[in-house]
Amino acid sequence: MLTFTLRRLLVAIPTLLFISLVIFLLVDLAPGSPLSDIPLTIPPDVRARMIAALGADQPVFVRYLLWLRQFFLVEPAYLFDSWFGTNLANGAQRIVSWQSRSPVFDIIGQRMPQTLTVIGTAYLVGITIALPIGIYSAYRQYSIFDQLGTLFAMIGFSVPTFFSGTLFIIIFAVWLGWLPTKYDTQLQVVDWETFKEQLRQMALPVMTLGLANAAAISRYMRSSMLDNMTQDYVRTARAKGMTERTVVLKHVLRNSMIPVVTVIALGIPSIFGGAIITENLFGVNGIGAALIGAINASDLPMVQTLAFIFAVLIVTFNLIADVIYGLLDPRIRYD
Amino acid sequence: MKLKTALLGAAAAFALAPAAQAERGTDGELKLTFPQAVSIMNPYLSGGTKDIWGSSMVLEPMAGIDPEGNLIPKLAVEIPTLENGGISADMMSITWKLQPGLMWSDGTPVTAEDAVFTAAYCMDPAGGCSQATKYEGVASVEAVDASTVKVTFTAPKPNPYTAFVGALAPILQKAQFAACTGAAAPTCTDANNMPVGTGPYKVTGFAVNDTVSFEANPNYRDPAKPAFASAVIKGGGDAEGSARAVMETGEFDYAWNTQIPPDSQAAMAAAGKGQFVVAFGTLVERIEMNTTNPSADLPEGERSTAKHPHPILSDIRVRTALSKAIDRSILVEVGYGAGGKPTCNVIPGPAAWASDNTACLTQDMPGAMALLDEAGWVDSDGDKIRDKDGKKLSILYQTTVNPIRQDFQALIKDWWTELGVEVELKAIDPSVFFGGDAGSPDTFQKFYADVEMYANNSDSPDPEVYLGQYQCKNAPRPETQWQGENINRFCDPAYDAMIAELSTTTDIAARQELAKKLNDMVTKDSMIVVPLVHRGTLSAHSLTLGGVVMNSWDSELWNIADWYRMK
Repeated sequence: MLTFTLRRLLVAIPTLLFISLVIFLLVDLAPGSPLSDIPLTIPPDVRARMIAALGADQPVFVRYLLWLRQFFLVEPAYLFDSWFGTNLANGAQRIVSWQSRSPVFDIIGQRMPQTLTVIGTAYLVGITIALPIGIYSAYRQYSIFDQLGTLFAMIGFSVPTFFSGTLFIIIFAVWLGWLPTKYDTQLQVVDWETFKEQLRQMALPVMTLGLANAAAISRYMRSSMLDNMTQDYVRTARAKGMTERTVVLKHVLRNSMIPVVTVIALGIPSIFGGAIITENLFGVNGIGAALIGAINASDLPMVQTLAFIFAVLIVTFNLIADVIYGLLDPRIRYD
Repeated sequence: MKLKTALLGAAAAFALAPAAQAERGTDGELKLTFPQAVSIMNPYLSGGTKDIWGSSMVLEPMAGIDPEGNLIPKLAVEIPTLENGGISADMMSITWKLQPGLMWSDGTPVTAEDAVFTAAYCMDPAGGCSQATKYEGVASVEAVDASTVKVTFTAPKPNPYTAFVGALAPILQKAQFAACTGAAAPTCTDANNMPVGTGPYKVTGFAVNDTVSFEANPNYRDPAKPAFASAVIKGGGDAEGSARAVMETGEFDYAWNTQIPPDSQAAMAAAGKGQFVVAFGTLVERIEMNTTNPSADLPEGERSTAKHPHPILSDIRVRTALSKAIDRSILVEVGYGAGGKPTCNVIPGPAAWASDNTACLTQDMPGAMALLDEAGWVDSDGDKIRDKDGKKLSILYQTTVNPIRQDFQALIKDWWTELGVEVELKAIDPSVFFGGDAGSPDTFQKFYADVEMYANNSDSPDPEVYLGQYQCKNAPRPETQWQGENINRFCDPAYDAMIAELSTTTDIAARQELAKKLNDMVTKDSMIVVPLVHRGTLSAHSLTLGGVVMNSWDSELWNIADWYRMK
């Protein structure tokens, strides 16, 4: 197991380097300029000087190597410095966003909490709704409840979040006036009142995303349950005279959870990635909103760094899922 | 039309309402929302309007501009003029005097050294200052004494109100930015995000591309202002969402740039929580005619250059016919509602600078057809498309991807098709179209199309620089790496001569006359530029927010110190 993990980690290094190069070239070759947003009243010579000040006029490989250095040497040095009060970085140039001129990792640090709270909660809510629906739908296959569950999943799958989100805004904020439409990122939860306020402002984005998440997971749960329901060991359990409750929740559910847990685990990197549309719609300043803002502004350092972090997360969680398989199922051996 | 009149009336009523005499910080929190979030609070490192408006709450220039386009003192005691001796008789220098007792929000005094430093900061070539044009032609800036700043120019300057005037050229605190000049400018994250200023608010928190929080500046020069104790700008989302948060849910007091379709405007106004306000500057949506041949058959490097005149559009009768076929009031109704009005001018305002050119406002289909007949373009083969010498009257019409522009394209295509013109439409991603990449065939400068539509404006009420764009030498061409503002490749020695005359004319009335003539030369006399819609900036504010006066010549938040909560 250990050698397997180490081997996978070593393979991951060239993979990630290659991914970083591909992302860099793709972002660089994509049309657009960091200055396409500024007014036409700014004349060409001033634009040229602004581009030079950003360092965007350098050849692409110079910029790529510089980015590699900054990502793997300078940024960890700054992180180390901030933890231990050392001075390893010695004022070296960090990865700086072209749009805001702020260090990219500061922006990510500012935004990660919102993404984790909102998207993470939506994921949890989605799972909490999906599992009972999936279990009961499978147990009472083709019943009214199963049909309703299927309808719910179909809606969750097929209605895009920009539509369901706007619909929720119109119902709950405009007509009923219960919930705010814009997420207040400055809100500090210090007492019961501010906690309630936080719940209220999270309600709409969590609902929007939770619906989409629940739809997918409930279908996995249902089909996995159905696969197990007809197995011999279930009949044996019933024949032994166990209650339906024990049969379904102890025997069938446990065995059905294995593929569902995998699906849930592999979805975790997407929590870090944020939700581009939902975050934008509700003004949640998360990673997704940062990514789309940076793409629109052709902010290469920001897009590159975020895309690369997503790549690292996906590779890591794939590895973790593989390792967990081995732990969950003794029949799986990697050595 | 009714809605527009109502809006203007309401805006005027607010302008006239006497400001409530409140004390500083008694009205709670002022909440603003921008569809695009503020990225940086230093206007010298950003060209984005959102950033400049945000920073104008904190940083102030010597003088601002009021809604009528007149200069008003901000940090200066008065506006320097020839009469009061502030401008030297030879127009080579201007002397600003700071108000006595001015303080930065950190409690230190504002001195002439801060202004001298600011000019040096922006004029440093390594800094990539986005407002460098404001300091163009400046030979030196010196502190005569602690409160007097003298700006000397390299040549006589009829319009010396560029440096230190308006939200684009405010004064920075030397103590804060001293280590941030030249190449170091972008690295000073704290200073760029939380500049110390003299304005009514000071920054207390900054989340990049999301939220800026402010509190009332304790050292603001008017002890009774601002009425609000704190303020916040929340950014992100879209124009629709921002407008909704003010007009329908009432979560915010003010939303900047709520340009939404006319039917949504009416629906939101009906909710009764807020109102739309509009200010008209010089922003004009226009169709630009290519005077050179963009044909793909020409070799690269000669395409769309002065070497090959346009085979169809070189004839002024064709250009005029295309303009006559357009019904501008329908375009306004469909696209902008209260946020636009039809125009025939490149310089639609201020009123004193605008030509009385209104001939294009009524659509004239028969007139347009007669012109094309006269020019020899007739439908000889019965396919409903006019032709001449075996060549079809066919036009490629490009613009950016934008729902309103695509509506305009469809409408105008219908009118032109009715004329017997074959129209091919093309929509380009705005970041490519405006990106200026010399390697891309789709930039608006390269203009590989027959006509193209976008909007442009002058960044000051005096349009000298703006009109100067249409000089022959400013045509984008391979030798300039396809940079340049004269995208029509318009070339008229008489026009260039008049621009030169404008740059030496000091009398304001004479300048206005010249500007009108220049405006007419590129519009009604030559039909090189076909203006369509004079676009305003449409914003929304809550009915409980008082003191809002729209301004299109300076920051829209120019008088935010006077805003108050209506009780």
